[in-house]
This record gives sequence, structure tokens and C-alpha cells, in this order.
Amino acid sequence: MTIETIGQILAKHPFFAEFQPEHVELVAGCARNVRFNPGEYLTREGGPADRFFLIRHGMVSLEVATPGRAPIVVTTLREGEIVGASWLAPPYRSMFDARAVELTRAISIDAECLRKKCEKDHYFGYEMMQSVLRVLVKRLQATRMQILDVYGE
Amino acid sequence: MPAPVQSSDPFVPEIYRVGAVRRELADVVTIEIEPESGGRPDFLPGQFNMLYAFGIGEAAISISDETKHGGGFVHTIREVGAVSRALAAMEVGASLGLRGPFGTAWPVAEAEGSDVVVVAGGLGLAPLRPAIEALLARRERYGQLAILVGCRTPEAILYRHELEQWRQRLDIDIEVTVDHASTDWHGNVGVVPSLIRRVAFDPDDTLAYVCGPEVMMRFTASALHEAGVATDKVYLSMERNMKCAVGLCGHCQFGPSFVCKDGPVMRFERISPIFAMREI
Repeated sequence: MTIETIGQILAKHPFFAEFQPEHVELVAGCARNVRFNPGEYLTREGGPADRFFLIRHGMVSLEVATPGRAPIVVTTLREGEIVGASWLAPPYRSMFDARAVELTRAISIDAECLRKKCEKDHYFGYEMMQSVLRVLVKRLQATRMQILDVYGE
Repeated sequence: MPAPVQSSDPFVPEIYRVGAVRRELADVVTIEIEPESGGRPDFLPGQFNMLYAFGIGEAAISISDETKHGGGFVHTIREVGAVSRALAAMEVGASLGLRGPFGTAWPVAEAEGSDVVVVAGGLGLAPLRPAIEALLARRERYGQLAILVGCRTPEAILYRHELEQWRQRLDIDIEVTVDHASTDWHGNVGVVPSLIRRVAFDPDDTLAYVCGPEVMMRFTASALHEAGVATDKVYLSMERNMKCAVGLCGHCQFGPSFVCKDGPVMRFERISPIFAMREI
């Protein structure tokens, strides 16, 4: 049995599907494997956005805490998706609680390490920005549809 | 697409009686109705009947099943207006008028040998249910089968019992997502088009059946296109205010088509040029 390197795992993840191999290797230098048990938090709202995650297995919910009530789940994310975009822009603070709903395995990427590499190689930084933006645009569209409350009367 | 089944005299309602009533959701009721005399006409999955609440009016309601022994129709009704409220309030034994079935059907036979992706939003699962039952009845004739359901909240999941039963099968993918939920819900949260990338199908050989609010269908058609499914393989069930149900009165005109006779099930390729037009 061969053990995959972080770089190989990253290269197979949909988020990095269109990245150049040398850029995937740049990311690999900032990445490590992590796992979260159900109920564990990947990020906390207002906390430092010092990492972002690529989900390999499991499910993560993005939640907003509401005083006196149960948290509201904004969306759930699964295998092949990413958690966290706040690491890309100041003030580098997480906007949601991200909680593992079930046993979740992910790649954790050190945000500061990655930002430095983006700053050093703007072509790589642009590729990274574009990829995150693509995800955000889709989520924005989905959120708009949720707000429309299309199943209401 | 199968040819519409025409009833003998489309303007004369037959008398039916309510045999059973089941409340599905706070504002949604399922009624089982049987003809007062004789048998019921044949129907195809996706078609609708005009149900007549005497003294109040008629409404187009999709056929969501046949009754247990096949002698009648099952209709799931959301209470949104005077007629639908009157129909939903009917008790066992009440009588109503029925014209139909009318309209086009889901292309169930045409999908043989292909993968099928069924995408339902809210009450849109009702007109899809006969198609799902037909696919499951001859499961071996199809490739991958995925059923994707979206609704407002976990409490608003229609046909929860049927979904749980279908989910027990090992030969279909079923995913349910809700728009709004608290942490008590352990399923998916998000819009139903986002589920498309989570299920396995061959985009070059897949038919998709989509039914739900038009905004949801627009997003879904776009997600299917992005996943590689051609527009001529995507079918939508359209909804307009239908009156005559036979293409004469024009109430349900949708561009050059009448939803009652050219639909409700329409190939997306055919309607995509006008689908997003505000004036239509």
C-alpha cells in the first residue's frame, strides 16, 4: 500500500483541479492532514482566520450563533468543498462557526504561510484568489436563492 | 415525450368521492378520490386533473399517485386560494368534479438505458412521485438514479415516509436539503441545485426531471448545464393559471405554447429562450 503525499491529495481535490502542479506543491508546503470529531469546531465566528480547510470526508456546517436560540445553520459543506475564505482579506477573522457534523477529515492550510506565498508569487496569488472567488460567487448565488424563500407561499 | 392522454369529453366533469384524507404539512393535504361510477381514466406520470369544488371553482392539480388498488387518483394540494382551500378541507365521502387527465408526461420510457436525475423543490415532489414510482418499478432498465429534494425547513419535507422508504433501497441516491435549519437537523442545508455535483451520473447519457418553483428550476437547469447535461435532456414541469385545460382559453399561454396542452412537462431546450423573460 502506498501512502499519498499531501501534494497528491491536494492535486485530486476539486478546488485545486485546475492549478498548475508547481502551485499545488507550493500549497502543500503549508498543508497538513487534520480530523474533527462530530461537534468539534474548525473555526469560530470572530476568531482568527488563520487556516482554511479542504474537506476530504465528512460534513461541516457553517453556523451563526443567535442569542437565546439554537445556532442557525447557513449551509453544510461536504467532501470536495472548502471551509473558510476570510483568511484572504483583512482583518482575517472568521465570519461563521464551522462545526463538524460527523467525523470529518480535511487538509488544513496555514493561512499566513499561504498569504506569504501569494504575495511572493502574484501569478500564484491571482490563481488562488480566482479559485476562492469562484466558490464564493456560487455560495452567494445559493444564499440569494435561500433568501428568496422560493418554497414559501 | 409520450402523447397526452385525452379524456372523452374534456369539458364535462366526472363525479368523484373522497376516500381518504391525509394532512402532509401545515398547509398541504393529500386526498384520495375514486369515481362515483365506472373506472378512472389512465394517466401518465406528470399529468394533471382539473378538480372542481362545487360552487367555488376549478383548479389544476397534478396527479401524485393512483389509489392503492388503482381505482382512483391521489392529489396533494397546497392551500393557497379559495379553490385549493375548499379541496383541502374536504372530508371523506365529500364529492367533487374531475376533468382530465390532461397534459404531457415525464419521459419515463425514453429514459430507459440512461441515468436519471430527479430534482424536486417543495411541493414539486408531488408531480414527480408517479415518475419516481415508474422508474423504481422497472429499476433494472435504467442506469444511475438520483433523487434530489429541496424544501424550506426539515418540518416542510413532503412525503417524508416515502423518502425514507426509497432511501432504504441500495440502488438509488437520495439527497434531501433544506434552506433553513437549526443545529437539530443533521442533514444538508443549502439549495437543491448544489446537490447535483454530489451524485453520480454520466452527463452525456442522463435525463433530468425538474419540478418546483420557477426560480429553483432556473438555478437547477443552470447547475445541470454546468454539470454537462445537455438542455435537450432536461425536462421541467411548468405551472401557469389553467382554466380550460385543453388549449382554448389562453389563460396558461407561455410564449408560443399553452402549458395545459404543450406542458406541463416541457423540454428545457424548447423553452429556455423565454424561460427567464420577465414579460412571459
